[in-house]
Formats: sequence, C-alpha cells, structure tokens
Amino acid sequence: MNNTYDVIIIGGGATGAGIARDCSLRGIKALLLERSDIATGATGRNHGLLHSGARYAVTDHESAVECIRENMILRKIAAHCVEETDGLFITLPEDGLEYQATFVDACRRAGIRADIIDPKEALRLEPSANPALIGAVRVPDGAVDPFRLTSSNILDAKAHGAEVRTYTEVKELLREQDRIVGVAAYDHRAKCEVNFYARVVINAGGIWGHGIAAKAGITVNMLPAKGALLIFGHRVNKLVLNRCRKPADADILVPGDTISLIGTTSSKVPYDQIDNMVITPDEVDILLREGEKLAPQLAQTRILRAYAGVRPLVASDDDPSGRTVSRGIVLLDHATRDGMEGFITITGGKLMTYRLMAEWATDLACRKLGIEATCRTAELPLPGSAESRREVEKKLHDKPIVQRRSTISRHGALAVEIDGKSSLKNSLVCECEEVSIGEVEYAMEHLSVNNLIDLRRRTRIGMGTCQGELCACRAAGLMGRKDPVCARKAKEDLVAFLNERWKGMAPIAWGDTLRESEYTSWIYEGVCGLSDERKKTTVK
Amino acid sequence: MNIQQNTVSENNFEQCIKCTICTVYCPVAAVNPDYPGPKQAGPDGERLRLKQPDFYDNALKYCMNCKRCEVACPSNVRIGDIIQAARIKYGPKHNTSVRNFVLANTDLVGSLATPFAPIVNMAVGLKPVRMVMDKVMAIDHRRIFPKYAHGTFTAWYRKHAAAQQAAFPQQVAYFHGCYVNYNNPQLGKDLIRIMNALGYGVQLLDKEKCCGVALISNGLYKQAKRQAQTNLASIRSSVNDCRTDVIATSSTCTFTLRDEYPHLLQLPNDDVRDHIELATRYIYRLIQEGKARLKFREDAAPLRVAYHTPCHMEKMGWAYYSIELLRMIPGVEVVVLDSQCCGIAGTYGFKKENYNTSQAVGEPLFRQIEASGADIVATDCETCKWQIEMSTSKACEHPLSILASRLA
Repeated sequence: MNNTYDVIIIGGGATGAGIARDCSLRGIKALLLERSDIATGATGRNHGLLHSGARYAVTDHESAVECIRENMILRKIAAHCVEETDGLFITLPEDGLEYQATFVDACRRAGIRADIIDPKEALRLEPSANPALIGAVRVPDGAVDPFRLTSSNILDAKAHGAEVRTYTEVKELLREQDRIVGVAAYDHRAKCEVNFYARVVINAGGIWGHGIAAKAGITVNMLPAKGALLIFGHRVNKLVLNRCRKPADADILVPGDTISLIGTTSSKVPYDQIDNMVITPDEVDILLREGEKLAPQLAQTRILRAYAGVRPLVASDDDPSGRTVSRGIVLLDHATRDGMEGFITITGGKLMTYRLMAEWATDLACRKLGIEATCRTAELPLPGSAESRREVEKKLHDKPIVQRRSTISRHGALAVEIDGKSSLKNSLVCECEEVSIGEVEYAMEHLSVNNLIDLRRRTRIGMGTCQGELCACRAAGLMGRKDPVCARKAKEDLVAFLNERWKGMAPIAWGDTLRESEYTSWIYEGVCGLSDERKKTTVK
Repeated sequence: MNIQQNTVSENNFEQCIKCTICTVYCPVAAVNPDYPGPKQAGPDGERLRLKQPDFYDNALKYCMNCKRCEVACPSNVRIGDIIQAARIKYGPKHNTSVRNFVLANTDLVGSLATPFAPIVNMAVGLKPVRMVMDKVMAIDHRRIFPKYAHGTFTAWYRKHAAAQQAAFPQQVAYFHGCYVNYNNPQLGKDLIRIMNALGYGVQLLDKEKCCGVALISNGLYKQAKRQAQTNLASIRSSVNDCRTDVIATSSTCTFTLRDEYPHLLQLPNDDVRDHIELATRYIYRLIQEGKARLKFREDAAPLRVAYHTPCHMEKMGWAYYSIELLRMIPGVEVVVLDSQCCGIAGTYGFKKENYNTSQAVGEPLFRQIEASGADIVATDCETCKWQIEMSTSKACEHPLSILASRLA
C-alpha cells in the first residue's frame, strides 16, 4: 500500500468532500479521512436550507453575497440535490413592518432578488403560512439535501482519483520539526493503526477541527453553538418560511424531500459535550411555540424526530486578520499563523458555502504544492446532476412511477444505474420513501455503505414515518447477503440502527410517534428477538 | 411540553403506524399485482403526493372503494377516503370516456332505457351486441347486464300509491335509488308493503337524483357534487321541515349519502346524517323498540337463505340488522356467509380491464355460496346481487323482498 499523497483531508463533511473533489479535479493526489461516515457532523445536522443569503443580508453583507453566489452555483452543479422552492420572509403583527424595508434594501444590495408581495398572494402561494401575516417578501431560498450533496462530491472525487476512507480516525498529526508530514490514524473496521503521509494536511473537521489542531499544539478556539431542530412527518409548506425580523430562534421552516424542518435554537455548549447532543424539553417547546407562528398547522402535525447539530463558530480573538466574524469562513494557514508548515485549517462557514470553502482551501494547498491549476467546481456538474430530471425519467420507464420519481430525486441521472429490470429488484425495502432492493444494492455497491446507518444517509431508508419499523430488517437481510457476517454482528448493526432512530424520537415521544415506536419495539423485540441484544448494547 | 398533547393531526394519514393490516384485507391487492395496496396507495402515497403532486400513481384507479381497509385499520385511518380523495385531487381530469360516462350516469341511462325496456333487455343480452360493447366501449362481453323494468318506480308510485300513503299517521321518506327506479320497482313496492304493515306511510323526496357513487368512482366529481347538493336539500326539507326520516333499501346509497358526501365531496351533513337510515335497520329497530310489529304467514315453505354482507354494509357495521330481520321470519333459516367482497364494486366489474380482477376477488364467495346449500342468497346491495346471480347458480334477493313475500 502506497501511503503517500499530495494532500490529506481530515473530515468527511461537505467541506472535506468538496476539497477532495476540488483537489482531484486539479490533478492533486488526495486522501480523505473520516472517523465515522460522511456527513455525520454539522453537515448532516442542519436545516438543509439552500440559503438565498437573505437571512444574513441585514447583519452580514459579505455572507449574504457569498450565499447568493453559491446558491446560484449549486442550482447548476448540484441540481439533483436542490429543490428550487423559493422562500417567503413573512412579517407577523408582533414583528412590525418596519424591518421589511431595511431587509429588502439589504437584500438588493447583496444581489438577492427580493420581491415584496401582497399578504393575500403570499397565502395563496403558501397556504400553510400564518394567515395573520401582514407582509411578505419572496426570495430565492430553496432546499438542499446535505447527504446527497456530500455523497456526490465523494463520488466525483473518487472518479477523479481521490481516495476516501471512512471509519478511519486521525489519532496523531505526524510532525517533523515545524512541519506536519502526515497523520497516524486508526482504522475502526480493520481495527489497526495506519500512517499516511502528505505534503499538506487540511483540517476540515468542523467543530472537531479544534481537537485536530490541538494535536499539533495549535489553538483554534471554537465556540460550539448547539442548534436543535424538529422534523415533521410530511411536507407542511411548499416554500421555505422565514420570519422577517432579526434572526432568532426557530424562525425557519424548510420543506425538504418528504418532510418539513423547523429550527433552530441556539445555545452554547462546552467543547467536551459536542459528541453528546441531548435535546431538552425547553428546546422542543421553543421550536413548537415559534414554529406554530410560522405555520399554525404545526401544532397538530406529527413530529418524527428531534436532533441537534453544532455550528463551528470560531472565536474572533484567534484570528490575526480580524475578519473572521464578518466573513463566516475561516481559512488558517498555520505556517504564517503559527509557524507550522504543511497544515491548513478551514472552518466556520456554512453548508451553503462548502464549495467556496473547498476552493479557498484547495487554492492554498496548490500554492503550497506549487501547483497551478484553476478551480472548476463551480462549472462542472456533480455526478447525477448532468441531465435534467425529465431526460432521466425517459430512461426509467420500466419502474413503477412513484419509485421512479423517488429514485431520481435521490440519485439524479445516476438513477439509471439502479437495477430495475425485474419485479424482485423493484420490490420495496422502505415503503415510506420508496426505496427498492435495486437501490439498496446500488448504494451498497457504489456509495461506500458499511452499516445500516450509512445506508440511511444514502437512500433515506428509515427516514420515513415508520422510522425503520418495516425497512430495517429487510435492509439488514440484504446487507447480510452481500457481505456475510455472523448473526451477532448483524443483530448489533440492527440494534444500533434502531437505537439511533429511537434517540431522535425520545425527545418528542408522544401521540402517534410513540404509538408507532411501541409497535416497532414489539416487532423487533417480540418477533425478531432483539431484546437480548438490546441489553448488551449500550444506548448512547 | 403541553402544546401537542391533546391534538390530533387534521391529516388523518399521520395516524397510520404502518401495521399493513389494511393491505392484508384488501380484496384487490390479493389478486391484482398492479395495485400497490391500500397502505401504499393511501397514507404512504399521500405523504409523497404532498411532496409533489406528480407522485400520483394511476394504479389508484384499481381501488374498488370497498372500504374494507378502513374496517380493518386499528388506527382509524380513513384509507379508502384518502385514496378516493387523491383520485379527485390529483387524478387525470379529463379522462371521462364514453364508457365511464354511460356507466356512471345511471339516472340518465335508466330514464332512456325504461320506456324501451323489453328491447333494451333483449339487445344487451345478445352476444353480437355484447361483443360490440366490448370492442367499442370496453365493457366486458362476459358481464351480464341487469334487466331494466318497463316503467319506473316513481311513475308507478305517483299513479298507484301516493294518495293512499298520505293516509298513514306516521311517515318515512324513501330514497329509492336508481336500481329500484329503473331495474327493480318490485323492491320499492315490497318496502311500501312492509312499512304500511308497520303503520308507516312512504313518501318520496321532493327531488331525488342518483346518490352519485358511480359518478365519484368514474371521475365525474362536479356532477356528483351537484347531485349530492340536490339530494341533501331534499333530505333536509324532509328531515327538518316535515320531521320525516329518510330510509334507503340500498346499502351503498345509504353509505354514500351518510359518509361519502362529507368525506369525499366536502358536503357536511351532520344536521341530517342520523336521520338517513338503512331500511332494514330502521325496521328492525321499530320492531325491537316495540313501536310496531309484523305478522307473518305461518304456512310458507321452509327457506334456507344465505346472507352476503356487502362491503359498504361491513363499513357501516349494519349487516346485523338485515340478518336479524331475516331470522324473525318463520320458516327461514339464515346462513351467514363470510364477509368478503363479491368483486363487482358497482361499475368497476363492468369494465373490461377489471373483469378478471373482479371475478378473482369474488371467487371464494361464489364457492361458499355454492357449498352453502341455500335456496336463495340475500343481500342489501344491488350490484352484489347482479354479481352473485351472474357468477353462481343461485338467485339473489333483497332481505326485504324475502320478508315481504312472507307477510301475512
């Protein structure tokens, strides 16, 4: 095994995946290391909002400009990950209309289309919006699926020669005098230590980047800010709903795929708690109370889950340039900042600006490597986004219509790779989200799936209303067929998957969600005999 | 966290916990692999359609609207309604073929056919005519059409019954439906005879249109709604102004008036719903409460009657009343058949593309009927009667016709 690369990227979030893609497109030999699965940190734990930038227009002009530019780029290069829903900033009587003019003006200065529309027109466009609204502004917000986005970047990076190793955790940064020359990592699957070497190591660990930098004795002082969100059982709204006021708690409702998301809260958490996100009853209360003001229907809508992510905010006093806070994105060249060569940290930013962050980091890596190659990630479509949905659909006429549309929305043009030639391959594994046996097999084959939880991120298995009730055992069966494992290990995987589902349901366990989860326990403990495994496996 | 504790979603499909019992009980899913089954067509599909309306699957047309899924559901999900409502909301808007128009407009076709009943009956019985209907209109040539009566029930009523009915101290209004009016006026006459024996006069509604069940299942929603409004106005005038309850002999008409109007056509009927009654239930309760009694002939020959529970009777939960009424008749022995769909589902079984499904669904019922040793089959639904008479060796009658024939 040749363990030498040009660049090692630490972190498999959107930014890390974006850097891997950017590097490989520029002919740089790159290795991406991720301690868990892709998109498991902040990337997969946010709104999935394709920001127009309007939310930042008043308070942070530069972020707003970055957002609208990246927004337009993602619509082109990641068409199959994006839903062009548009968004409304609604003014409620308690907000007052004064803010609207400031808001629209700031949007326009940032280059964001912002049209004031009549309240009646707003309610016609978005019947779920609070009928008490007194003003509305339409902006080019949308929804973006972070799992698909990250996975597509990984696919393209690999297609261009990058190596991606998930479940490989960086334990040490290998240092020769004042230079980082590689990393010592632990492969959680093979259960062995392995060293990798490169001329440049890029720390794209998000909030965990703090700990990674610390391994080189460098302080990147992060302020972990927790944001909690609730997932509703179906799509309540067609357009993204925002409050037209200064950004505050629970004022964005995003329609994403089959569901709607309300968020977020914001609270500081100690750094040692970032792997231990617990949603409190207070947070659920705030989300519901404020959410109801955006769309009153939320008061009755079934909640599927609650979850929280950690924003990687960087303490401004640590940035010598002093521009950190306003720009959001933080790129640190540790050679100039700390006298440590071969080491870069890219952090701050947002899912929206992952591509720009990757571009900046790769530009810096290129300078260090002496490579002159320009970034092409803003022009080249991601795998799956090269063809329009309609064109793809023509090639898939042998699949039942609902399945056809579901797989296209998940895999774009790559949906044609999914075996749908027989009724067996078209049989459903996940009935809520219409995931077929063919799709599961495709994901296992091509999308680096190691366990059921990974499979969920690639296919939406277990993300529907049943939260794994019917699909988990079927998917476990398919996984066992492809890669035979002992029964104990297969059961452990199943238990881990179900416990992870329960973790999201526990904070909102009432009504039909609780009833359904009781039914699920009955199936898996009573029928599938998982109760013994449950005792052995600790619930996180 | 008190906010959501006592609220239930207006989106009834959210109460589904995916137990899939509905699909197990679906008569269509069992025999037609092209139908995704009620769970997927209903609650699962609705969630996807809310994401994007083009997730509508045309296979929803295979739903017979029998509502057996709703009876089976332990979570009170109105699965059948969700499917029918989706057809109304997302389904093709201009698909009304000549065939569907003819099948759905029972009123219009009935009024055209009854004056020429002997000719029409003979014609649709001829093989060449049936082959032409099969090829041109896609009405299956194997399907036997119900016979039209020569002259309508309403015409007979006005001429021969109206005057004497007014003389009774107590009154009910009768929603006769298309079947009694155009095909089987005798059932209407039987009902009048029974009600008169109980001391009740029978009135007709001010204006009665077809209940619209066939219009709904054939996509003619606007017309269905118009007719429903006419019917509700007549029912309101009977119930509210004249304090007269409305009874119907057809289980499907009763079900449509009571439940499909508010659920599918968005026409609230809370004010009159409790006064729209199935005839057998109304009569049974009169007798049980001691308000009236019937005298039967004691000399009639013993009769073994097999009762078939139509799907909409199962949905209403009222088969009991028809069965118990039959049991009151001296000399009648009642065999209760397993409650299962006969397969015809109104106009569904007439359609060429559904014929095989229709007969496959009914097959277990037909076998049970043949094995029952019954002299005659009884059921409250006219289309079940056609299906049973076509597909078995037995005759099939409304329980009230059997009852009337044995009145003293």
